[in-house]
Amino acid sequence: MINKNLKLNTKLFDKDVEQIALRNGFGDGLLEVAKTNENIVGLCADLLESTRMHLFAREFPNRFIEVGITEQHMASCAAGLATMGKVPFISSYAMFNPGRNWEQIRTTVCYNNVPVKIVGSHAGISVGPDGGTHQAIEDIAIMRVVPNIEVIVPCDALEAHKATIAIAESGKPSYLRLAREKTPIVTTKETPFEIGKAQILYESNNPDVAIIAIGPMVHQALLSAKILEDQGVGTMVINSATVKPLDEETILKVAKRVKGVITAETHQVAGGLGGAVAELLSQKLPTKMAFVGVQDKFGQSGTGAELMKQYGLDVVDIVNSAQKIVG
Amino acid sequence: MLSESELQVLQEKANLIRQDIIRMLAIAGSGHTAGPLGMADIFALLYFHTLKHNPRDPFWEGRDRLVLSNGHICPVQYATMARSGYFDVAELSTLRKFGSRLQGHPHREFLPGIETSSGPLGSGLSQALGMALSTRMDGENTHKFIYCCMGDGELNEGQVWEAALCAGKEKCNNLIGIIDRNDIQIDGHTQDVMPMDSLKKKWRSFKWHVQEVDGHNFQEVDNAIELAKSINDKPSMIIAITVPGKGVSEIEKDYKWHGKPPSKEEAERFLEELQHNFDFLKS
Repeated sequence: MINKNLKLNTKLFDKDVEQIALRNGFGDGLLEVAKTNENIVGLCADLLESTRMHLFAREFPNRFIEVGITEQHMASCAAGLATMGKVPFISSYAMFNPGRNWEQIRTTVCYNNVPVKIVGSHAGISVGPDGGTHQAIEDIAIMRVVPNIEVIVPCDALEAHKATIAIAESGKPSYLRLAREKTPIVTTKETPFEIGKAQILYESNNPDVAIIAIGPMVHQALLSAKILEDQGVGTMVINSATVKPLDEETILKVAKRVKGVITAETHQVAGGLGGAVAELLSQKLPTKMAFVGVQDKFGQSGTGAELMKQYGLDVVDIVNSAQKIVG
Repeated sequence: MLSESELQVLQEKANLIRQDIIRMLAIAGSGHTAGPLGMADIFALLYFHTLKHNPRDPFWEGRDRLVLSNGHICPVQYATMARSGYFDVAELSTLRKFGSRLQGHPHREFLPGIETSSGPLGSGLSQALGMALSTRMDGENTHKFIYCCMGDGELNEGQVWEAALCAGKEKCNNLIGIIDRNDIQIDGHTQDVMPMDSLKKKWRSFKWHVQEVDGHNFQEVDNAIELAKSINDKPSMIIAITVPGKGVSEIEKDYKWHGKPPSKEEAERFLEELQHNFDFLKS
């Protein structure tokens, strides 16, 4: 059953559950936190409205720099601003930020160890019609391997809002992963959020499997849990919104109670959340695992739903993985 | 105008810095030689005349910022910092050694006074621009200057031109770039590796104020910096024509010295030449 302490959306299992894009949560979160933290500045690479930074830019024109289509410059320019005490948020599509500008992020942001906030919108394959060039499904991997940075993947717009405020105050380099498409609202304004803390959203009486999910896959995992319960498989669903630093304590605690762990993410199965959980469990608590994610393939054009099905990111994929573990 | 005595001091400092460079590279057994020697005059001028800074308080908020974008020439920055009192000259012998604050390419977290870590080329100008934009947001751009030293081979990097565009657009008046135009890079002469013709025109077309100077003429460089500081509607680029390896006749203009250190024997010979010149300056 649902973890009551987290005050989740009571309508999250409804067919007409409210859906809002993650990027919207970032846009209004940034506007809110910028009102109290004067050090926050924004830079955008010609995708202002698309990444929802326009709300900030309109309110604080003197703290905003439109850098044009220069993602590499944007990262380093932000690093320079950060050495002077600013807290720069830099936004573009995840494919270009942190895709195009990885080395600049590594050296000028993370090696320098300055609090630049990298906001990658349109991550995952659900960008849909734009096709494989624009579907960032390697971004978690390339960010999580770099020292000093925290990697946050919110599950819905409300969590994206809270995560934006949290990283603004963290004093570290951060990567915030957003998606373009509307995503079902799982949490409420009252649901707590803390960097580095995973949350057990759902728990059957006798859980057989744990589904650790991030981003839009959290809702998919919850839907799967219901189906699995009907099939007689007990589950736990964990939202591990912080991929780095991973909440090792919660994940180990959960893994001890189940026969196997499934990770679910709109990302390559190599190097993402699944990799992070596997690195932990293989060392401290070897556990049977299954990885729901993109299996070493590039995406293509299509609707979000078509692609989720094609690339194994559907509810049915989670259910089948769970059945294999208990079977 | 620099006075006679100021000029004399700068020449002596530059000579000592060159000696330090040879010594530290010979001990390290790796590193770059030609670039640091070629920039010794400009670094002496910056640290002993131009920069508003306090070696005893490297984090002093009111300081100008100096970004070294081509991090591989850091021996000249380390030597100049030591000579101006940031740390003991003896520490220069730890260059590139395990546990040293003097990393092979400079690391901001290791050595106070280093503004940005650098080495991968092309990102310094962006960072310097970020600093300049910060001073503008805080209303400090009339009295705080941001300097960025870059190599000419480095200009191959696309990011440099992204930063050039952005600085021109933003009219960052307190950003002053200095290009070490020594015509060499690792694989050979810049003209052969990747020609960078019409440099002045290139930067002008990116909306920069541009000057070209003899990088070994203290007075010329100083005049250019003073003029750059007075330009209030554009960023400034100073293209400093330098001789790679300047001060050591065997190294001068030989691109093969870009990325290798002198052996112990070579170092002795080079130091003898530099000391001879130093004695001549003193006489």
